[in-house]
Amino acid sequence: MAQEQKQPRKSEETEEATEVATESDVAERKESLDEDVDAILDEIDDVLESNAEDFVKSFIQKGGE
Amino acid sequence: MRRVMGTEVEYGISVQGQPSANPMVASSQVVNAYATATVRARRARWDFEEESPLRDARGFDMSRQVADSSQLTDEDLGLANVILTNGARLYVDHAHPEYSTPEVVSPLDIVLWDKAGEQVMLDAARRAQQLPGNPAIVLYKNNTDNKGASYGAHENYLMRRSTPFGDIVKHLTPFFVSRQVVCGAGRVGIGQDGRGKGFQISQRADFFEVEVGLETTLKRPIINTRDEPHADPERYRRLHVIIGDANLAEISTYLKVGTTSLVLAMIEDRFITRDLTVEGPVAALRSVSHDPTLAHRVTLTDGRQLTAVQLQLEYLDLARKYVEDRYGSDADAQTVDVLARWEDVLTRLESDPMSLADQLDWVAKLKLLEQYRTRDGLDWDDAKLQLIDLQYSDIRPEKGLYHRLAQAGRIQRLLADDEVHTAMTVPPEETRAYFRGRCLEKYASDIAAASWDSVIFDLPGRDALQRVPTIDPLRGSRAHVGELIDSCDTADALVRALTR
Repeated sequence: MAQEQKQPRKSEETEEATEVATESDVAERKESLDEDVDAILDEIDDVLESNAEDFVKSFIQKGGE
Repeated sequence: MRRVMGTEVEYGISVQGQPSANPMVASSQVVNAYATATVRARRARWDFEEESPLRDARGFDMSRQVADSSQLTDEDLGLANVILTNGARLYVDHAHPEYSTPEVVSPLDIVLWDKAGEQVMLDAARRAQQLPGNPAIVLYKNNTDNKGASYGAHENYLMRRSTPFGDIVKHLTPFFVSRQVVCGAGRVGIGQDGRGKGFQISQRADFFEVEVGLETTLKRPIINTRDEPHADPERYRRLHVIIGDANLAEISTYLKVGTTSLVLAMIEDRFITRDLTVEGPVAALRSVSHDPTLAHRVTLTDGRQLTAVQLQLEYLDLARKYVEDRYGSDADAQTVDVLARWEDVLTRLESDPMSLADQLDWVAKLKLLEQYRTRDGLDWDDAKLQLIDLQYSDIRPEKGLYHRLAQAGRIQRLLADDEVHTAMTVPPEETRAYFRGRCLEKYASDIAAASWDSVIFDLPGRDALQRVPTIDPLRGSRAHVGELIDSCDTADALVRALTR
């Protein structure tokens, strides 16, 4: 990638950015994304009502409007 | 662009550990707890004099004998009903606590006073459970129990009386069939009882059965014809929109109201010349809702087949031209912002819908559900997914999943918490809600009753009640009466000045 011909429109900065997007980085990013998802699910797990089935079953409303 | 608007939201209510508790009693406890804590002196009644829920926009009155008892909303059943100093109404409607925002003139103000309503409800429920012996009452800002019952989140838009109702039906129906892709709240379960497996975009779609009608509780229509303007009926109608979902995401509410108001402006100005009529709109509404991949195409009467996003893009295109044509570079900042956000959202819905998980309710909910499905291998009929759907709308910041996501910075906000807190007690400044709210704040002990179109004073030393009509929604604003109220120390002085 480093040997890639320079394109005149690209600034050096964007080229560097392209350069660093290697496969391992993608994997790393996916991993951190997964960690991110895990973190939010862990947090939601902590506040979710226990016994989902009973909880959902007991939520009975009358129509409104 | 200014338009007088408001929303009314019925909250789901649950008494923890007592699924068979009487919801009317629980709702009254919630409303009364808030009223007792916040309303000083005597509590003003709601004035029903100007209410006419059976007036039909098509030009006739439904007979009270043939009306369902749930339609007789002007009968004072003795249920809790208070007017707040922010100009809003907090009351019990059927079996739910309900909050109606004060009248405002911009989409962002709808978001502000609608969010203030959530905080009022939260505060009310917390106060109710502090009463000795009371269990916790939990409120949900959603629209169905997933067992066949639905309750509403209505919008109201003041419109010119001269606009033919047929034009509204024609041009608004395709818009309502499709706008759910922007402002749906998302739902686990298909069908009114939610037994069908899957996720759908809208909470409400499966509860709509006809195209046009007066009812709100049965045979729900896409276009509701209730014609009760709470304003001069010669000049205005109030379009009562019952098809929307209750939104938690601020951008969902903002775009719901902002885009609808724009479409109404185009209808009033007869700007829409394209025929976007959809074949079988009731079935189309449901089919759009049932396809979160957004691939479903509805058939137009001209033979074209468009996705809901494409249909919305047609309206966006018209709205851009309309604003350019009528306002050019003088268009106000909020209208410009609504157009820009609408375009951005539709573009993303076409290319990468999941990138809207930080903006729109249904996408935020779907993303969370999909993450759970992936992690825990859950099928769509798993109770845990239904719980996530329900708990997304729990209004408690410590338990509600919308709130957890927003606190974690995963959902964008348009407002700051302190603005919302202020709007719980302070009225908007541009409408008669300002007069109503300030009067309630300053002269509560001398007010016998109030409603959208009146404030009724009971003044010391006077036998007759003094009714101050507020029939024009744009009079009674801060510019109009602010100094007067500031300068009158008593209600008596105010009434004297007003009747001089």
